[in-house]
Amino acid sequence: MGTTAVAIFIISGVGAFLATLLVFAERVITNYGDIEIDINSGEKKFTVKGGGSLLETLNAQKIFIPSACGGRGTCAYCKVRVTEGAGSLLPTEEPYMNAQERAEGIRLSCQVKVRNALKIQIPESLFAIKEYVCVCEKITDYTYDMKQFNLKLVDPPTIKYTPGQYIQFLAPAYEGSPEEVYRAYSISSDPADKSTIELIVRRVPDGICTTYLFDHLKEGDRVKINGPYGQFLLRDTSVPIIFIAGGSGVAPIKCMLHEMKNAGNTRKAIFFFGVRTTKDLFLIDEMKNFEKELAHFTFVPAVSQPEEGSNWQGVTGRVTNVAEDYLKKQSDAKEYEGYLCGSPGMIDSSIRVLTACGIPEEKIYYDKFS
Amino acid sequence: MTLSSHMIHLMVILFASIFTDNILLARFLGMCSFLAVSRQVKTAVGLGLAVVFVMTCTVALDWLAYRYILQPYQIEYFRFILFIVIIAAFVQFIEMVIERYSPVLYQNLGIFLPLITVNCAILGASLFMVIREYTLLEGIFFGLGSGIGWMLAIVAMAGIREKLTHARIPKGLQGPGITLIIAGLMALAFIGFTGVLSGG
Repeated sequence: MGTTAVAIFIISGVGAFLATLLVFAERVITNYGDIEIDINSGEKKFTVKGGGSLLETLNAQKIFIPSACGGRGTCAYCKVRVTEGAGSLLPTEEPYMNAQERAEGIRLSCQVKVRNALKIQIPESLFAIKEYVCVCEKITDYTYDMKQFNLKLVDPPTIKYTPGQYIQFLAPAYEGSPEEVYRAYSISSDPADKSTIELIVRRVPDGICTTYLFDHLKEGDRVKINGPYGQFLLRDTSVPIIFIAGGSGVAPIKCMLHEMKNAGNTRKAIFFFGVRTTKDLFLIDEMKNFEKELAHFTFVPAVSQPEEGSNWQGVTGRVTNVAEDYLKKQSDAKEYEGYLCGSPGMIDSSIRVLTACGIPEEKIYYDKFS
Repeated sequence: MTLSSHMIHLMVILFASIFTDNILLARFLGMCSFLAVSRQVKTAVGLGLAVVFVMTCTVALDWLAYRYILQPYQIEYFRFILFIVIIAAFVQFIEMVIERYSPVLYQNLGIFLPLITVNCAILGASLFMVIREYTLLEGIFFGLGSGIGWMLAIVAMAGIREKLTHARIPKGLQGPGITLIIAGLMALAFIGFTGVLSGG
């Protein structure tokens, strides 16, 4: 019995010793020293510590490549073009690349390791993405589960974004949530005010970030955001617009309406805002103001299940049905551009309705909140 | 034993393990990577060098582990586990080094690199070292010789296979078939060395 125990102890000891050595060696050997990364043919160059993935290395340099899966190679958002230094395509990247992307040298930046000098090409717009330190200036209660957060930018003090874009909010670790997480929220503020970001957030039951925002964040607290991201933008045409949003999906549309007001845009526009009960309604006064300030703007709140005795005078029904009824009465329904924002279910059924009314799919723009 | 006769003894072990007692062609150990990675001389040389290095070092490490850990506690029966753990850790280490300093070799060897871990020639060399009761120095020369012998065989095979790409091989024999036949012929040729040297 004793000798067996000694034998087991010795063998395990040697194993543990070797494992420790390997961990140590990994630290020393996989230290690749300083490596130069060249972006867009010399437009930007910096020297970084090698060994990490291209995605995390660029993030550390404040170049924020969109990524939703956290570098696990499953979302394929973090594609960048690597013209030199990345080696051949890895088995983990193969499923996400079509023939054209392969030919162009597109890679998943989370899978490419920074081992030697790299030359990469990224869209200009990604340079605009920065990290901002802000102070939570004001928290407004809209409904029982909807709040607005005004964040005053501190460093850098201003932000440039296009209405419809979103930022990522960093929820720090707090009691019950040991790790930092990023969550995306659309910007709802007036773009004329470049020093403030306004977010409209609906509480997600047990959501890590919304729990932080609703229960922990206080006015005066410092927070971090990065952005702007996103391609949900108002197209520069003169055709009439149909906006459809549900709940907090109103945020990017509010931002677009501010922009239209600032530019004196006289496009015909109608906004169908869908909520479930009258208790979920908010921003009604602001929208009524837009109706006055914008030449041809109509706001239509639609309540799908008004409570008994709520004395709801407005439109009743699902927002998609209400929008459908409207479009069917329009002779120029085909001409409309659709802008949709809300839950994936609402967006999918809105797309069905709009295409059924003759709006081509490529003229329907949307931002799915999931 | 004088110094020069000692040197001669070590040289005999070295050359015996390269030629007369070639671990691959006389003992048939380390066949899987021999067959899999012998298509190109360049990669064969790379893998061969890795084996030479790993074998020399692991025989030495295993000797030390055997002499100073297993023997004192009379747990020699654990040598299989301990040797393979040491080899695995060492190969892992080598893999890191190659990945770090020769990305081209790393790309070329690809999935074959971890094969060195389960390359039976490497464990075999350590076990022969125990059976033959070598001293540390003898063990190192034996490991070095066995590694060079293995490399010699795989590089020779790769050279032949490179020539074979221009040969007209009957369809049924293409690939592993002809490779095994060549391995057999090479082994026969190495039998010609029998009795020239005795490393035992």
